[in-house]
Amino acid sequence: MSNLDRVFESRLAARHRRGRVFASVCMASTWFAVGVLVVLLIGVVWQSAGWLNWGFLTNFDSRHPEQAGVLAGLWGSLWLVLYTTLFSVPTGIGAALYLEEYSRDTWLRRLIQVNLSNLAGVPSIVYGILGLTVFVRMFGLFGSQPKVVEVSLIFVNLQIPLPLGRTVIAAALTLSLLILPVVIVAAQEALRAVPASIRHASYALGATQWQTIRNQVLPAALPGILTGVILAISRAIGETAPLVMIGALTYVAFTPGDISSPADVFTNPHGIVEAPFDTFTALPIQIFNWVSRPKTEYQHVAAAGIVVLLAVLLVTNAAAIFLRHRFQKRIRW
Amino acid sequence: MRNMWRLTHFISVGCLILGGCTVKDAGPDASRNSSAGSAGKLTGRVMIDGSSTVFPISQAVAEEFQKQHSGVKVVVGTSGTGGGFKKFVVGETDINDASRPIKQKEIDACKENGIEYLELKIAIDGLSVIVNPQNDWCECLTVAQLNTIWKPNSEVINWSDVNPKWPQEKIRLYGPDTDSGTFDYFTEAICGEEGASRSDYTPSADDNVLVRGVAGDRYSLGYFGYAYYVENKDKLKIVGVASGTDSTSCVQPTDETIEAGNYVPLSRPLLLYVNKASLKKPEVATYLEYYLEQGQALVSEVGYVRLSQSLVAETRQTLEDALGGSDTMRGE
Repeated sequence: MSNLDRVFESRLAARHRRGRVFASVCMASTWFAVGVLVVLLIGVVWQSAGWLNWGFLTNFDSRHPEQAGVLAGLWGSLWLVLYTTLFSVPTGIGAALYLEEYSRDTWLRRLIQVNLSNLAGVPSIVYGILGLTVFVRMFGLFGSQPKVVEVSLIFVNLQIPLPLGRTVIAAALTLSLLILPVVIVAAQEALRAVPASIRHASYALGATQWQTIRNQVLPAALPGILTGVILAISRAIGETAPLVMIGALTYVAFTPGDISSPADVFTNPHGIVEAPFDTFTALPIQIFNWVSRPKTEYQHVAAAGIVVLLAVLLVTNAAAIFLRHRFQKRIRW
Repeated sequence: MRNMWRLTHFISVGCLILGGCTVKDAGPDASRNSSAGSAGKLTGRVMIDGSSTVFPISQAVAEEFQKQHSGVKVVVGTSGTGGGFKKFVVGETDINDASRPIKQKEIDACKENGIEYLELKIAIDGLSVIVNPQNDWCECLTVAQLNTIWKPNSEVINWSDVNPKWPQEKIRLYGPDTDSGTFDYFTEAICGEEGASRSDYTPSADDNVLVRGVAGDRYSLGYFGYAYYVENKDKLKIVGVASGTDSTSCVQPTDETIEAGNYVPLSRPLLLYVNKASLKKPEVATYLEYYLEQGQALVSEVGYVRLSQSLVAETRQTLEDALGGSDTMRGE
């Protein structure tokens, strides 16, 4: 055995040991995160046991803890998520496409880019203040005399209050602003990850830029974009501070547009167009309020509310993951 | 019914082609959402915001009221007394819940925006001074003692600094944060100036945090609304408060002492501020009448103290007088 081999042999065990230490540190980090989550989940589920029943899902809030329910908050949150998604996803993907595929690398683009990254880190309460001024009050342009714009659609008269006031639509627009930077940055990353060779091949076959983006780039980037959207929407569902700021109400004993079950969509079609302009409450606001009530039973009600909120999160995430999976399967390079 | 539907469709489409869209006024006195209805059924919306201390009462009244008047939608927010006034003075809400009287600058803002208001007393709260149940030395504190504990830059560090007979242990203080109407009222009553308080205590906007803090710490002292003491009697011990410096005249807050007005200076009225323009809406007027009649039973149910008979009568009179002046639109 040469001298060099001996040095190699003597260090080999130490090098392997170092590798194992690093692996176990990584594993510990994973289990730490999972462990905290499990403790939290068990704690919440334990507290909510016996309180989370059908009545809880179909009642409005009440001063009697055993009659208190989450119906108004649940529907409020669902409408919020729907409109936030409708506003933020197309805008976010559009902006990302422009920045990545169309715009030239000018100082303006770089300025926008830096600001987007900064905006993603702005505290949510700031967006609440912005939403209050821009959407809820509309800079006070209408003074103390609010106006109503009536738009006659085929089905119903759409009554749009101006300024928007404390409506679902004002809150959804505020939350859209809040998550837009996240959506845009994530979509940009996904677009950047599409190999340039794909674009070149498409151009080589004579496709225009629009055809290339439509048929090659966007489908390839979609799974990555959806991951960003999932994270952003999850954040929007749990956000409380901006909603409190724009004045979402705490006690509301009706659902937006009076739609409180899927069947109401057919019996009360007016409700669908009225809902966005209705006042509302949301799950996190109700939970926040229950936690601070004097009666100790409300702690259990709050726990049950948290379980419902988690369930809503899981369902929306599962839907998005399902979509992502379907798009991923289509890509065959 | 079907034909009616079709008719509406035709009219709507016609409107779309002919008119497009129209812009209407929807001020607080325009009757966009309010009408007495053809069958005398009340409809419309009552917008309430303000103090989270008053919230449980307004919520309870709203809950019962909506059982009887299913067409009326009553919504209650919890922006805090000050936060609620910010919306009230621009006419965004009909009623503001308040745990302290309106401030001069809020009165000025109302004037500026042409908003006239009505002040209604609806219940009393006794700010409760609380210690840990294991605290066996402190039964009573005078206002002077509370002042030495809570005044700005207070030198009280140990319990023995308040009374030499008490243990030489660090006194740990819990209280509401500076946004709260409770904080405003307590500092005014104890320190003589609103907002004057020592700052090295544990503040929280959530009174349950204060309850837990005091319940878990033998040498602690805190203050918060009476309702939170009532709901947590088993975990807390209440301290009597004597006005002035004479510790023999100590009064503990109970339903009786607060109602009779003996628990001074820490009893405070809970108030509603009503936009006079909103009083013209029948649903708001009916809601307030309900608040002062059947609603009074709910006050004690949610942990506050009812007004004495004479005070209720007084408040009712104030409301009736105001309604009498603007009774033109109310359907009986």
